[in-house]
Amino acid sequence: MGLEFQNKSGLVVYVTCGDPDMETTRHVVLEAIDAGADVIELGMPFSDPVADGPVIQRASERALKQGTRLEDVLTLAAEVRRRRPEAGLIIFSYLNPILRMGVPKFCATAEEAGLDGALVTDLPVEEAAEYLREMRERHLAAVFLAAPTSPADRLKAIAKSSSGFVYAVARTGITGARSEFPPEARELVARIRRHTKLPVAVGFGIATPEQFASAGSFADAVVVGSAIVETIERSAGREAEAVGAFVRGLLRGRG
Amino acid sequence: MAVNEKVAEKRKDQKTRPVAKGATRTRRPVKELSLGREATSAPGRFGVYGGRYVPETLMAALSELEHAYDKAKRDKKFQQELDRFLHEFAGRPTALTFASRLTRELGGAKIYLKREDLLHTGAHKINNCLGQALLARRMGKKRIIAETGAGQHGVATATVCALFGLECVVYMGTEDMRRQELNVFRMRLLGAKVVGVESGQRTLKDAINEAMRDWVTNVRTTHYLLGSVLGAHPYPTMVRDFHRVTGLETRRQILKMEGRLPDAILACVGGGSNAIGIFHAFVPDTKVKLIGVEAGGRGRKLGDHAARFFSPTTGVLQGTFSYLLQDDAGQVAMTHSISAGLDYPAIGPEHAWMRDTGRAEYVSASDAETLSALSLLAKTEGIIPALESAHAVAEVLKRAPKMKKSQVVIVNVSGRGDKDIGILRETLKLG
Repeated sequence: MGLEFQNKSGLVVYVTCGDPDMETTRHVVLEAIDAGADVIELGMPFSDPVADGPVIQRASERALKQGTRLEDVLTLAAEVRRRRPEAGLIIFSYLNPILRMGVPKFCATAEEAGLDGALVTDLPVEEAAEYLREMRERHLAAVFLAAPTSPADRLKAIAKSSSGFVYAVARTGITGARSEFPPEARELVARIRRHTKLPVAVGFGIATPEQFASAGSFADAVVVGSAIVETIERSAGREAEAVGAFVRGLLRGRG
Repeated sequence: MAVNEKVAEKRKDQKTRPVAKGATRTRRPVKELSLGREATSAPGRFGVYGGRYVPETLMAALSELEHAYDKAKRDKKFQQELDRFLHEFAGRPTALTFASRLTRELGGAKIYLKREDLLHTGAHKINNCLGQALLARRMGKKRIIAETGAGQHGVATATVCALFGLECVVYMGTEDMRRQELNVFRMRLLGAKVVGVESGQRTLKDAINEAMRDWVTNVRTTHYLLGSVLGAHPYPTMVRDFHRVTGLETRRQILKMEGRLPDAILACVGGGSNAIGIFHAFVPDTKVKLIGVEAGGRGRKLGDHAARFFSPTTGVLQGTFSYLLQDDAGQVAMTHSISAGLDYPAIGPEHAWMRDTGRAEYVSASDAETLSALSLLAKTEGIIPALESAHAVAEVLKRAPKMKKSQVVIVNVSGRGDKDIGILRETLKLG
């Protein structure tokens, strides 16, 4: 199917596109790929990011002040694809900007750009019929979230609708780095595996090499988002370099 | 390195594979969302509107709430208990008042006022809060969170939490905290924790975002007591049901007082809870015109008002598909209204549907029209309405003079103006 992770524990890196500007995002993404990220989630900023913590909220506000649009993110995707044909690339967005563009147009443009798939935070499987049809028609992977609160029947439906990989939300809560890593994440990954052979990536709150190694021991891939965005926020003028170093640091613990 | 070679292969493969163009695609207008249309049979849809667009973590909690509510709705004991609190605690039924001096002043239709302003805590919001708090208690949730704009829903939530001994956290934009200082103090006095929200425009929408973030984090122990007919299913239906009592009472009262149904009912519409509450019992009475009044603010430019129907576009915000004020990139627009309770950028999905089907009509009143309507009602009837409700009064000033003296119009006075005294004193500069 779509995105596969060759390494023992793959790394998925999230960035908010347009923070602090598109040019910087492009450098950051290329550098993250070169440093060893397997898949990049190109985050489309939204005015009302209900699933995100303060770090990504601030990044979204900065990106929207720059006037970042979904079209720009798709253009960036096409460019990254040209330069790094091997990298996994998905769009990470809230639903409304995609609706505004139109689901068919979004999927067509995403395919043309060479994207591998998309994850829409506030689109649960029940509401996804049309989206799924368009995504399939365009050979794009539809990645869905699975949560610790999802009961077995929902996990089954999520597994059935997903392609590429399944994104296991490590904890109930919003995005953002935390000090502890919850035991419920391991249990969730095991529960998801009962319903699918797709790779499972675990994310939400993973920020350190230790947490990366710990999550990587039971998941196929680990998503790191807020910690990357925070690195960008802290490193004005040398964002790409700082993200590259951060990614290499994360991967050092990988076997 | 990275993703394995199969991905690259697959990509090459795609380019050569002919893409089947389904006949269905051409039927689909690009601008119109068809996501909704696919799911019309799903529960929680009003035509194409409504639905449940939330992060996965909340899906199980929404199903749990839906089932608990369905069960409670059919349980006579639950209804009796709710009715008892509405009567003994909140002060239902509320009066239907004939506004004789205002009627004479305008020289047209007979004007009646549904007095939700007389309810405990000063607005209709208590109807829904009592219902949801009783439901939360049945579900064993001991922590309640809520958002508030004007503060009326926050005060009502804090009140029912005090009544039932529940922990209460209210999220409120810091701009609204400034505008509705008195209500912030009332909530604290009632034992609630009020958390200021600094993001976005610092008003109602931002408070809902923050409440949703709290809920997503504490979903196992917490009930989100949403205050309007907004959000993901089952909220728009459940909140409407809890406010339906307003229309049921009004219907009985007007039949008794006038021996006939009214020609029109007017109510202000932010999210639309008071409006749906008074409209709903009259929906089958197709001769009764239902008129919702949006906040026209200070002008027609995007950002200067909260009138979703000035140039209607649809979208998804905070769990529901409806009409939404947004820019052409799908980012939610800023809004403005003199009243903190009406400046929400989306409208409840049932209103969206009633607008499309023509069952209800939606108009707007500007800040200035609202202020003069408020002053007039105060001077002619001895009633100071909330700024939100004064929008509905403003519409009756336009409409009643053009109607026959034999006609009857009812305005929902959804709340009292005490909370607005600060703003009114700043704005009206009376001697």
